[in-house]
Amino acid sequence: MSSVLYDTPGPRAKRRNVVLSVVFVLLLGLLLWWVWQKMDDKGQLKWSLWQPFTTSEAWTTYLLPGLGNTLKAAALSMVIALPLGAFFGIARLSDHRWVRGPAGVVVEFFRSIPVLLLMLFANEFFARSTNVTTEDRPLYAVVTGLVLYNASVLAEVVRAGILALPRGQTEAAYAIGLRKGQTMTSILLPQAVTAMLPAIVSQLVVIVKDTALGGVMIGYTELLNARSTFAANYANVIPSFIGVAIIFIVVNFILTSFASWLEGRLRRSKRSTGAVLSEDQVEMNPAAVGGGFGTGASV
Amino acid sequence: MTVKLTVISALGSLVWGTLLAAMRVSPVPLMRGFGTAYVNIVRNIPLTVIIVFNSLGLADIFGVTMGATDFKIQGFRLAVLGFVAYTAAFVCEAVRSGINTVPLGQAEAARAIGLSFSQTLRLIVLPQAFRSVIGPLANVLIALTKNTTVAAAIGVAEAAALMKTMIENEAQTLLIGAVFALGFVVLTLPTGLILGWLGKRLAVKR
Repeated sequence: MSSVLYDTPGPRAKRRNVVLSVVFVLLLGLLLWWVWQKMDDKGQLKWSLWQPFTTSEAWTTYLLPGLGNTLKAAALSMVIALPLGAFFGIARLSDHRWVRGPAGVVVEFFRSIPVLLLMLFANEFFARSTNVTTEDRPLYAVVTGLVLYNASVLAEVVRAGILALPRGQTEAAYAIGLRKGQTMTSILLPQAVTAMLPAIVSQLVVIVKDTALGGVMIGYTELLNARSTFAANYANVIPSFIGVAIIFIVVNFILTSFASWLEGRLRRSKRSTGAVLSEDQVEMNPAAVGGGFGTGASV
Repeated sequence: MTVKLTVISALGSLVWGTLLAAMRVSPVPLMRGFGTAYVNIVRNIPLTVIIVFNSLGLADIFGVTMGATDFKIQGFRLAVLGFVAYTAAFVCEAVRSGINTVPLGQAEAARAIGLSFSQTLRLIVLPQAFRSVIGPLANVLIALTKNTTVAAAIGVAEAAALMKTMIENEAQTLLIGAVFALGFVVLTLPTGLILGWLGKRLAVKR
C-alpha cells in the first residue's frame, strides 16, 4: 500500500504507524465505550427495546409501510421530474432568447430555494386552493416540492450532458440535413442520456433522503414518520432511530453502488466500441455531470 | 437566524471535513478506514434523521444539552452539531477530490526534499487543493444554506419555521412564499457568483 503522499514505510515509519494506529483505536474505543456506557446508564441496551425489530408486527405495521411510502414519493417525484427536467434543460439550450431566458430564470429560481420551503408552500397552497383530501395532501405536497426542485437540478444535468457531447455530432447532423428538432431527438439525446444515467441515479439518492423532510414537517407517513409511531408504541426512541438510519443507509448505499457500477460499465463499454465519445471526453463526462452537480445537489 | 446557523456550521464542517479528508489519505490504515466509513454512513442518512435524532435522542434521552440552559439555545447548538456532522462528509469528499487534482510531481518533490506526510499535506498539497475546490465547496456551502431550513423540524426559529407559522396565520400565502423564496435567492445566488469568481482568481495556473 503506497501513495504519492508518503514514502513506503520503512521500519521506523512502520513502528510509528503502529503506535498511531493503537492510539487511534484507543481513542475510538474510548469514545465507543463512553457511548455504550451512556446508553447502558439510560437503560437503552435492554433487549426489550430492541426486541420489536425481530417481530413481524413491527415491520408490517410500521416500518415497511413507511419505507413503501418513502419509495412511492421518491419514485413519483423522479418519474414526473425527469421529463420536466429534460424539457427545461433542452429549453435552456434553445436558440431563441425568449425561450432560453425564462427557462433559465425558472431553473435558477427553483434551484436556489430549499425543498422544505417548496413543500410547506405546496402544502398550504393545496389546503387553500384545491380540494385534495386531507389524507392525500401530504403526499401531493411532498411530491410537488420534490418535483419542482429536482426538475431544475435535472435540467442542469441534461444541459451539461448535452453540452459535454463533441461539437462534431451536431455539425455532422446539420451536414446531413437534419433539422434542429431531429438533431436533438435522434442524435444528441440518445447519447447524452447514457452519459447522464449515473448522475440521474445519484439524484435519486437525494430524492429518497429529502422525502424525510415531508415526514417531519407536513406529516407525510414515510419512514421517519412511521418511526415516531413505532417508537411511541414500544417506547424505544434510540433503537428506532438506529434502525431507521440503517434502513436509509442500506437503500441509499444500494443506489450509490448501482450508480458507480453503471458509470464504470458505461465508460468501459464506450471505450471498447470506441465509436461514440473520444477518450478524454469520456473522462470529462463524469466530472462535468457528476462532479459539478453531484456535490451541489446531493447535500 | 438562517445566516447565523449557516456561518457557524460552515466553519465547523470545514475544519472537521478537512480533518476527515486528511484521515482518508493518511498512511495509517485504520484512520483511512474510519474516514471512509464515516463519509459513507453519514452521506447516506437523511439530514432530517440526524437533526431530529439530535433533538429527541441526544437531548431528551442522554441529556446532552451542549452546556445550554435555555431550550432555544440548546436547539440551536444541537442543530449546528447535526449540520457540522453532515456537511463535513461532503466537505471531505470535495477536499479529497481537490487533493487528487494536485499534480503528482508536487507531492513527489515534497517527499524528495524530505518532508514528512503531515508537512507534505499542510505545506504543499492542501494549499493547492483548497484553491482548486473553491467551486465545489461553494456548492456545498449553498446546499448548507438551504439545508438550514431543516432545523425548523426541531423548533429553531429560522426561515422555514417562520414561514410555516406566517403562512398558516396570514391570508396572502403566495406573497409570503414569494418573499421567503426571494430571500433565499438573494442569499445563495451572490454566494455562488462571488465564490465562483474567487475560485477563478485563486486557481493555480498550470
